Amino acid sequence: MTTTTVEAVGLGKRYKDTAALDGFDLAAESGTVLGLLGPNGAGKTTTVRILTTLLRFDTGRAAVAGFDVAKDARQVRRRIGLTGQQTAIDDLLTARQNLVLFGKLFRLNKSRARERAEELLGQFGLTEAADRQAKGFSGGMKRRLDLAASMILAPQVLFLDEPTTGLDPAGRREVWDAVSGLAADGTTVVLTTHYLDEADRLCDRIAVIDHGRNLVDDTPAGLKRRMGADRLEIVAADPADLPALERVVAAVAEGDVVADEAGPSVSAPVKDPVAALTAAATALQDQKIAAADIGLRRPTLDEAFLELIGGTDQKEAQQ
Amino acid sequence: MTALAPLPDETFAGRVKWTLHDYRAIVGQEFTHLWRQPANFAWALGFPIVMVLLFVYVFGSAMDVTGQGAGVDYVAYAMPGMFAMTMAFGFTNTAWAVAEMKEKGFIDRVRSMPMASSAVVVGRNIADTIHAAVDLLVLFLIALAIGWRSEGTLWETLGAFAILIWLRFALIWVGIWMGLMVKGVEQAGNLFALAFPFGMVSSVFTPPELMPSWLGAIAAWNPVSATATAIRELFGNPVAAGTSWPEQHALLAAIVWPLVITAIFLPLGVRRFRNLGR
Repeated sequence: MTTTTVEAVGLGKRYKDTAALDGFDLAAESGTVLGLLGPNGAGKTTTVRILTTLLRFDTGRAAVAGFDVAKDARQVRRRIGLTGQQTAIDDLLTARQNLVLFGKLFRLNKSRARERAEELLGQFGLTEAADRQAKGFSGGMKRRLDLAASMILAPQVLFLDEPTTGLDPAGRREVWDAVSGLAADGTTVVLTTHYLDEADRLCDRIAVIDHGRNLVDDTPAGLKRRMGADRLEIVAADPADLPALERVVAAVAEGDVVADEAGPSVSAPVKDPVAALTAAATALQDQKIAAADIGLRRPTLDEAFLELIGGTDQKEAQQ
Repeated sequence: MTALAPLPDETFAGRVKWTLHDYRAIVGQEFTHLWRQPANFAWALGFPIVMVLLFVYVFGSAMDVTGQGAGVDYVAYAMPGMFAMTMAFGFTNTAWAVAEMKEKGFIDRVRSMPMASSAVVVGRNIADTIHAAVDLLVLFLIALAIGWRSEGTLWETLGAFAILIWLRFALIWVGIWMGLMVKGVEQAGNLFALAFPFGMVSSVFTPPELMPSWLGAIAAWNPVSATATAIRELFGNPVAAGTSWPEQHALLAAIVWPLVITAIFLPLGVRRFRNLGR
């Protein structure tokens, strides 16, 4: 049986003239990873700060691990872990000292705090670095230590606000592996990100947020499905050929043709991918247009996302 | 995972116990910092030491604070001033440390934890006050080394110490409030520009009597002057006090000023901390 571990209904939060959240809903089943996806300023961090009891909100209600965030903040705090945008560890302390300190602040007694630090150092692959100052750690190691610190009470819900921002690819992989491991052990994870590959890889569901409102709530696969068909893409060898390429693609397209001058490339959704590819290739040959590349692409989350976000911007412009 | 559940703190006694436990953890963290960064400690003392050398040995020979001729008794006059100045400047370190904790998300993290929310603010003050006492002790030994002496009794000397720490204790609340107010660490660094005239426009190095009258009045009413004059009296060092009220009642002023500062800035700091959630 699944239960809803994180639930927010109609959250509203205003800062002076701007609405950071405007009736935002959110739900995460226990033991799943929920991704909060949106551009900067969409309300992702505001949502996390509200759910972790750091920020008061104006309207709506929110419950985490069965307790009301506004009324039972103390109960909520015992059941959550937070890893914010910055690594909130003490650089001057060693990895072990950090975990013991946070253990004490999570109100474990001294010996239990030490034991727990040892367990977490092992779990997050930091045993060898345990007695080094965190100052000298790589970005990935700092993040892992940060995650370890938020896992001290083995929380039911772990909140991660942009956990891999600023990390190199190796660091991101380290953090992803750690988060996947926690989720596999039954921790409910709510993470914000603007990396779509991250959401695609880690999340069971993705809630897309923009201007403080829900856009879509779906699985990563579902989001991609919304994009529909495969796309035909031709990369021009000479930017001057773009108009000609547009005509070639338009002849086989099943939707809007998109010309990207930066590519320089032209792409469009197609219904019968193989036939469209063949026809386009033939047309290029007949018209003697040189192409740097031609191919079919499955839609990525990036495109799904940009289309969703672009959609709201257009709506706003019309209003 | 029940073994990980924190001990209950529903009863009043339980809460008090855990709150003290939280304070101890935060204070312990600060001491680990001290231990880890002896260089920082040396830097914090470097400034007063340079000032001592500068004023006592460079300008000191030209200073006539007691009316008995240039350079006479200047070490005895300037050293208590130096103690007071060090206490006055130190609060910028507090502001800086608090601003850094805020900027790096440390404060957010502890606010999302089931600990006493006052621990960050109160623990900080306890740690910084102890830190100030260590600073003072080192400065005291340096002063002894360059020939300064307390002429007062043991109790008067200890009283002077208490008054110095009392000033810093009050100013730490200012530092905590400012650290929570500023945008970031960089702004906190600029606070020294504010602390510098606060420490210097006082009786620390020269009697207010010798300044232009408007500046002298500000200096005479400066809390730092009150502390400097009060400890000069207690140490039995040359006082060179003027006729203004705070100079005539320096000991009282040195006790009341920090009380007033605490009464204003402690609630401001606590309120600011609580309002971080707005």
